[in-house]
Amino acid sequence: MTSVETAVVHVPAHRNAGKERNRSAGYTALGILFLAVMLFPVYWMVNASLQPSGNTLTASFFPLNPSFEGYARAIAEQGPNLVTSLIVSLVTVVFSLLVAAPAAYALAQFRFRWVNVALLAILISQMIPGIVIANALYAAYNDLGLLNSIPGLILADATHAIPFVILIMRAFMIGIPTSIVEAARVDGAGLVRAFVSIVLPISRNSLITAGLFAFLFSWSDFLFALTLTTTDEVRPVTLGIYQYLGTQVSNWSAVMATAVLSSLPAIALLILAQKYIAAGATGGAVK
Amino acid sequence: MTQTELTTTAAASSAEAPPPVRARRRFSREGVTRLLFVAPAALYLVLFFGYPVVKNITMSLQEYTTKTFFTGEAPWVGLANYQAVLNSNLFWPSMTNTALFTIGSIAGQFIIGLALACYFKRRFPLSNFLRSMLLLPWLLPLIVSSATWRSILEQDSGILNQFLGTFGIEPVPWLTSPAVALIAVVLVNIWVGIPFNVTILYGGLQDIPDELYEAGALDGATGWKAFRHITLPNLKPVISVVLVLGVVYTIKVLDIILGLTNGGPANATQTLSIRSYQESFINFEFGVGAAFSNILILISLVFAVIYLRANRRAVDE
Repeated sequence: MTSVETAVVHVPAHRNAGKERNRSAGYTALGILFLAVMLFPVYWMVNASLQPSGNTLTASFFPLNPSFEGYARAIAEQGPNLVTSLIVSLVTVVFSLLVAAPAAYALAQFRFRWVNVALLAILISQMIPGIVIANALYAAYNDLGLLNSIPGLILADATHAIPFVILIMRAFMIGIPTSIVEAARVDGAGLVRAFVSIVLPISRNSLITAGLFAFLFSWSDFLFALTLTTTDEVRPVTLGIYQYLGTQVSNWSAVMATAVLSSLPAIALLILAQKYIAAGATGGAVK
Repeated sequence: MTQTELTTTAAASSAEAPPPVRARRRFSREGVTRLLFVAPAALYLVLFFGYPVVKNITMSLQEYTTKTFFTGEAPWVGLANYQAVLNSNLFWPSMTNTALFTIGSIAGQFIIGLALACYFKRRFPLSNFLRSMLLLPWLLPLIVSSATWRSILEQDSGILNQFLGTFGIEPVPWLTSPAVALIAVVLVNIWVGIPFNVTILYGGLQDIPDELYEAGALDGATGWKAFRHITLPNLKPVISVVLVLGVVYTIKVLDIILGLTNGGPANATQTLSIRSYQESFINFEFGVGAAFSNILILISLVFAVIYLRANRRAVDE
């Protein structure tokens, strides 16, 4: 019946097909305009990074004579910091997944009595202001000798990731039919084997989503870089940018080049792993 | 939804479960393994969330300064730190700024986010691609956004003032005048928050059945009317979640403000979290910083409760 109705509706619509097409082209055009306005700052960052003088006063609207001076300086000054950020972020991903994935599975599938309490605690932990954690960790790290250390930063950065990873992976794992795991158990696989050889492969997509976000969270971390490092030895690039901003900025092209380099992971992931990013964007917040 | 799923899974598996005796034996053998699945995460959450919260409470009752790091002594001072916070002439300004920053950011993000979500709900060529590209500002490191906006907002050479200048508008001292700095910071934070709002609200819009609009259209409810009488009521649970989460995330914002203004000019953009940071890490008055951050926690907690209620309602409906 529905098909009859649509057919009826479509007959007159067919006559207006041209008009209809114009209208949807109009929507696309307006949509592109909205996106252009929203992403203008990103364009401006790239444009400013390619300006030769390093001074926005003379910046042209298009980088017609692109200069890579800014990038040369950014890599010379911030190269080691970029490497530090990369190492910290990659290890944070591994650490967060190792800690959070089994917990997510347990909260999704084991019949613990206190599941709801645990979920509540995780939700609330996400709401604790980072400065609270930094205040306490500074004192603790000072005693433990973890200030200015990569392990210290990794452990702290995982606070951005672990609650999120648990929640998003649990939301996925709750849909895994128990029968699949039970079948393996009947064949004699232990809990751990069943988890590693069955649950994890099935959860591949959610693992990727969780891992990508853990990376972005850690890569973007500024608060712990700011509070838990005090020397140049261990310095994530976010702090490098902040230090550029601390003094009167005289060379914008180097600052913007560093900003562009720091944006590459986000831009690359948004383009190459759109599916996973979209899944994480909706999954983590409401569910 | 999650809860019903949980109970159904539990019920289904208990129906398939082997006879009770074997099950009990299996449980005792497996009890330890099962706990090992959660133990690392539980330990981590206790050490990196539980401990800091407790430590902040004790710190706020102590004279905890640079000296403490050398001598290991932090004398108990009762509520003196809180007294110092309340008596400081930056307390009320920072409370007001926190409120203005939060309300302004949320209002802007939400209204623009809802408008964009509704716009992208229509199907047109590239709609999905354009919508997912909108996520970019949300994924960039906040300090990168701050740096970019600082160059855009520069008074003499920034592109925004150049643009406004073509309409004959005098250069605005966005980040250097105490009168406008907070507005500038709010504008940037709105930009940062729009993608999150679009994504969540778009998800909510997708869940409203088309039949409701078809039925509404028969009754003459289209356009604005349909939005008021169909979209808004059905989106209500999602809206409350977005707003409350927005508040919880916004009151703790640090990166954006530090990157743009460092709390200045003339303390015009001081918020509770900036105060907490500066007391602890600039003045090395950890006790006072902890007192500020405990006030922040208290406010977050109120909204956390509201969130959980809103979320439960969203889950139930």
